[in-house]
Amino acid sequence: MTETTTEIAPVISTKRFAGLREFWHYFAQSRGAVLGLIIFVLLIIVAIVAPLISPHDPIEQYKQFFLLPPSWTDGGNPDFLLGTDPVGRDILSRLIYGSRFSLLIGAFVVALSVIGGITLGVLAGYFRGWVDVVIMRIMDLILAFPPLLLALVLVTILGPGLINAMIAIALTLQPYFARLVRAAVMSEKGREYVTSAKLAGAGHLRLMVITILPNCLAPLIVQATLCFSDAILNAAALGFLGLGAQPPTPEWGTMLANSREFIQRAPWVVTFPGLCILITVLAINLIGDGLRDALDPKLKRS
Amino acid sequence: MLRFFLNKIALIIPTLIGITICAFGFVRLLPGDPILALAGEHGVTPERYEVLKHQFGFDQPIWMQYFGYIGGILHGDFGTSIETHRPVIIEFMTLFPATVELSLCAILFAIILGIPIGIFAATRRGTVVDQGLMGTALVGYSMPIFWWGLLLIILFSGMLHWTPVSGRIDVRYFFKPVTGLMLIDSILSGQKGAFQSVVSHLILPTIVLGTIPLAVIARQTRSAMLEVMGEDYVRTARAKGLRDIRVVGIHALRNALIPVVTTIGLQVGTLLAGAILTETIFAWPGIGKWLVDAIFKRDYVVVQSSLLLVALIVMAVNLIVDLLYAVINPRIRVQ
Repeated sequence: MTETTTEIAPVISTKRFAGLREFWHYFAQSRGAVLGLIIFVLLIIVAIVAPLISPHDPIEQYKQFFLLPPSWTDGGNPDFLLGTDPVGRDILSRLIYGSRFSLLIGAFVVALSVIGGITLGVLAGYFRGWVDVVIMRIMDLILAFPPLLLALVLVTILGPGLINAMIAIALTLQPYFARLVRAAVMSEKGREYVTSAKLAGAGHLRLMVITILPNCLAPLIVQATLCFSDAILNAAALGFLGLGAQPPTPEWGTMLANSREFIQRAPWVVTFPGLCILITVLAINLIGDGLRDALDPKLKRS
Repeated sequence: MLRFFLNKIALIIPTLIGITICAFGFVRLLPGDPILALAGEHGVTPERYEVLKHQFGFDQPIWMQYFGYIGGILHGDFGTSIETHRPVIIEFMTLFPATVELSLCAILFAIILGIPIGIFAATRRGTVVDQGLMGTALVGYSMPIFWWGLLLIILFSGMLHWTPVSGRIDVRYFFKPVTGLMLIDSILSGQKGAFQSVVSHLILPTIVLGTIPLAVIARQTRSAMLEVMGEDYVRTARAKGLRDIRVVGIHALRNALIPVVTTIGLQVGTLLAGAILTETIFAWPGIGKWLVDAIFKRDYVVVQSSLLLVALIVMAVNLIVDLLYAVINPRIRVQ
């Protein structure tokens, strides 16, 4: 018995490896997706080593150096490469630390909405009947509101702040996962392998989580990627409106909110944080497009 | 067709009730005392508190309160703004045309540019032109529009002085609203230069609000065109020796536009959410700015009503799009 398992194990792992290789083959066909992945990996590295590479403390205020222009322009100071903000904080350091917040926001929101969405979607698709009706009508209700509006109102109830903003955004994104998982579960439920697992005596929980769920993963991964960028954009928008992360947190959207009155005098204060948001969101959307092409069997070139 | 219509109506009723429950529950979920939140007062005497409690109906059981709220809405009574003491529905009606005008211009901008870009990219599939256009579309799709708006202000208002920074029209002009849409009213007023002033105020907000729908429509048009161009009837048209422009323009486009129409309809939510940001940046006096201002002034009656009204509008438009879709695509009716 032990001999057979040791023999089978390497076969499975090379099979998995082959699957991964096939996936990478399709993913790498899109140059945009690879570019997005490179940017995203760089961003993760920057976020991890932020304390080592940022020239200043992100919330340290150099009172004598407020609103310094970038170092390559007239009046710039080489100590502050991208200039300083209205209270004399180094913009480059704030941007570097800001990457931590954006990635954290994306990861936290996606994790929260994926867990919530999968749970509700599996329950609805597996049990059908009134469970399905109740869950899906609530999801319809959430989708009836524009996401940013709902997030704004939820933050009004919960109070401004990064954590509350993330919870609010996760709630607005979760119906997409619930719908996706429910549809996938319903189509998988009637297949032979599920019936055979049921005959073998698998319980509800095992059928739901171990038998059915892994077969719905591909569309989930694509949706999660798209929601990652949505989450970053919406959190930045809330920060911009003054309801997300609160100053002096170096979150990119919040940085924009604090410098709006200086846009004519000091355009660089506005330009760089927004550029960071755009590049991050763009990189993730590029990855998302690549994943969709690589994972969606309908679009796969045979 | 009638059955399809009734089915659709029946499906939205639970959501409709849900929306009213959300708006009703909003005030009661706020931290602190809902009565003080609704009255906008702090530190009232116990007697005044009892008066307020009775006035807002909080001395009744919760389901009576809910039906009272629904009854009010059905009579057009959405409450009174804490800040201005004017009926919310009247404020909404005066501000809503500004949002409608901006959203209509934005979606027209997106359609007029987006569909030709999508067709053009599809006919040149895989070329540098296609990749360039779709790359640009993805940038537009990823755009934080609040930053995009600030950038355009810096460039066109700050550096070039081409466009004004904020508002709907120059303060020099004044005329009574007829339609509420400044583009039409300014022409009706007959004042010289008024129309130009309105247009110059509209340009930047239109571009900002239209950017994401433009990108979505361009991408959707391209993929719909590519799908249709592989169909048999397009190949037949080509085999018949029809010219390219006729094949693309008539045979392919007509069928490709069906999913694009749905996409355009689904942009209503995007537009209204985008209006919250765009109106805040450009001090555009519409319902988006109204909502944000109300949140900061703790005018919860306004927040509650705009939540309700915006959701109802999105729902109504989506219903109309569904029905339109069934009209242009008979196959959907059978399902």
